[in-house]
Amino acid sequence: MDAAVKKQLKIKACKARMGIIEGVYNAKSGHPGGSLSCVDIITYLYFNHMNVDPADDKAPGRDRFVLSKGHAAPALYAVLALKGFFPEDWIPTLRKSDSKLQGHPSMRYTPGVDMSTGSLGQGISAACGMALGAKLSGEDFRVYTILGDGEIEEGQVWEAAMYASAKGLDNLVAVIDNNNLQIDGTCAEVNSVYPINEKFKAFGWNVIEIDAHSFDEIDAAFNAAKEFKGKPTAIIAKSIKGKGVSYMEDVCSWHGTAPNTEQYQQAMAELSEALKELEA
Amino acid sequence: MSDIIKMATREAYGKALVELGAVNDKIVVLDADLAAATKTGMFKKAYPDRFIDTGISESNMMGVAAGLSTTGYTVFASTFAMFAAGRAFEQVRNSIGYPHLNVKIGATHAGISVGEDGASHQCCEDIGLMRTIPGMVIINPADAVEARAAVFAAAEYEGPVYMRFGRLAVPCVFGDDYKFEWGKAVTLKEGKDVTICATGLMVNEAIEAEKILAAKGIDAEIINVHTIKPLDAETICRSAAKTGCVVTAEEHNIIGGLGSAVCEAICEGSNPCPVVRLGVNDVFGKSGPAVELLHIFGLDANGIVEKAEKAISLKK
Repeated sequence: MDAAVKKQLKIKACKARMGIIEGVYNAKSGHPGGSLSCVDIITYLYFNHMNVDPADDKAPGRDRFVLSKGHAAPALYAVLALKGFFPEDWIPTLRKSDSKLQGHPSMRYTPGVDMSTGSLGQGISAACGMALGAKLSGEDFRVYTILGDGEIEEGQVWEAAMYASAKGLDNLVAVIDNNNLQIDGTCAEVNSVYPINEKFKAFGWNVIEIDAHSFDEIDAAFNAAKEFKGKPTAIIAKSIKGKGVSYMEDVCSWHGTAPNTEQYQQAMAELSEALKELEA
Repeated sequence: MSDIIKMATREAYGKALVELGAVNDKIVVLDADLAAATKTGMFKKAYPDRFIDTGISESNMMGVAAGLSTTGYTVFASTFAMFAAGRAFEQVRNSIGYPHLNVKIGATHAGISVGEDGASHQCCEDIGLMRTIPGMVIINPADAVEARAAVFAAAEYEGPVYMRFGRLAVPCVFGDDYKFEWGKAVTLKEGKDVTICATGLMVNEAIEAEKILAAKGIDAEIINVHTIKPLDAETICRSAAKTGCVVTAEEHNIIGGLGSAVCEAICEGSNPCPVVRLGVNDVFGKSGPAVELLHIFGLDANGIVEKAEKAISLKK
């Protein structure tokens, strides 16, 4: 990946991380850990990969994004705001009663949100439906969805996985945000999600494994998925929950907890410092 | 009226989809491995490119229907009522209802008239389940003519619709000139002693009950409530104010369905009056021939007559 492009993506992702913390802190609730783990990929998709136009957010030929792990809404909102789908000053209104930013994504409230999600396991099916729509109409738009690794414990995910490969939905990419943590503990402690790669292979998917925080690997994976014909692609993205905020990294309890004022200030100081270095 | 012709509403559904598919190329039909039973197989045969079998995975089918509808298609998703409203309830609620997407759920094999398959497949809870989803339209046609009309009306409407069809061949109540207006209850016969609100296959039974009641000197008003949500409370309450008592008749649990909906409307109206509900009496069904089961569970003209007499006795 071009160094200048990568630098810009890193800057955007860092700003998006600040948006996540800003939103969750002001809401006094929400899911920072899983937002921080997938925000690099969402940033990449909106700034370097997907065909989307904030000025025409319902364009029929646009690429679609479905946040199947809907609790990572703060990450999606932060990126959509940076991309210009809505003003950045909406971010601190997250989860408030007069806000257009619901606790989980709602396509009826928020510009740029392609599907309402939040109940785990459902987004990937909707993404399959969108990919099917492109196939039926002969359009070349592509559909991207991100699932949590804990989310794949939902049976519907495997109904959708079986379906997508059976119908040859090669215009669909499902990212598994593999931060290895869910509410009650590690994925392995709670249930048996591993091996994720072998499961998707067995379900007939093209599988790519990457570091979720390396833009080079992200870029290579999504470009390879675009070239791959005949099967949907699963990108198993090994990530760090809470990535970018030191005290949140790989700590389970930051799944669904908002930082207090002191923690908020520390997080913003760390991210500001990182941003300064990136922009230097 | 031609009460000789019998057709299951699921059959009419399949035929209507084929008709609709001919005039609207944005119609796509999904099924979960029940195309032969739900009759969407007719559409599959006519338009194989616009028919998608999602396999035995109703939850995924509802999600696929939701996503597909966002790309400009009018999606009909079919399976048995038990799996459409029951198994996939939360997918219908969150992926279709909440975003108010243009998905039409064609739920067949509703009620105990499923027959021999027994209680596991006899869904008597679907109206109740679907009624609690904000913005969901529920249509429960009485016969093949109404079923066809419901399909066309659903396609015209932008938003989620739940259509309830039966397995059993039932008499055609309406002629081909029948005008269907969704959301509008149809007064089939005016009367002054009791209002009988019926839906689905109980409409024909209500028509039969009216004759029995007439012979007993009771003048019953018969209302066909094909649209259970939004309920035509105005027509029902106006009739109740005139007759002073109401009977509801449905092939559904007496909890949550038409009976509940009518009670809510009557209680909140300006002239509350006795309402007696006829339905599956909060029990599970069982195996048996459909018509026999309907009699066993009291879902017939005699059952309506009994409830009508009770309702009249409750009048002040």
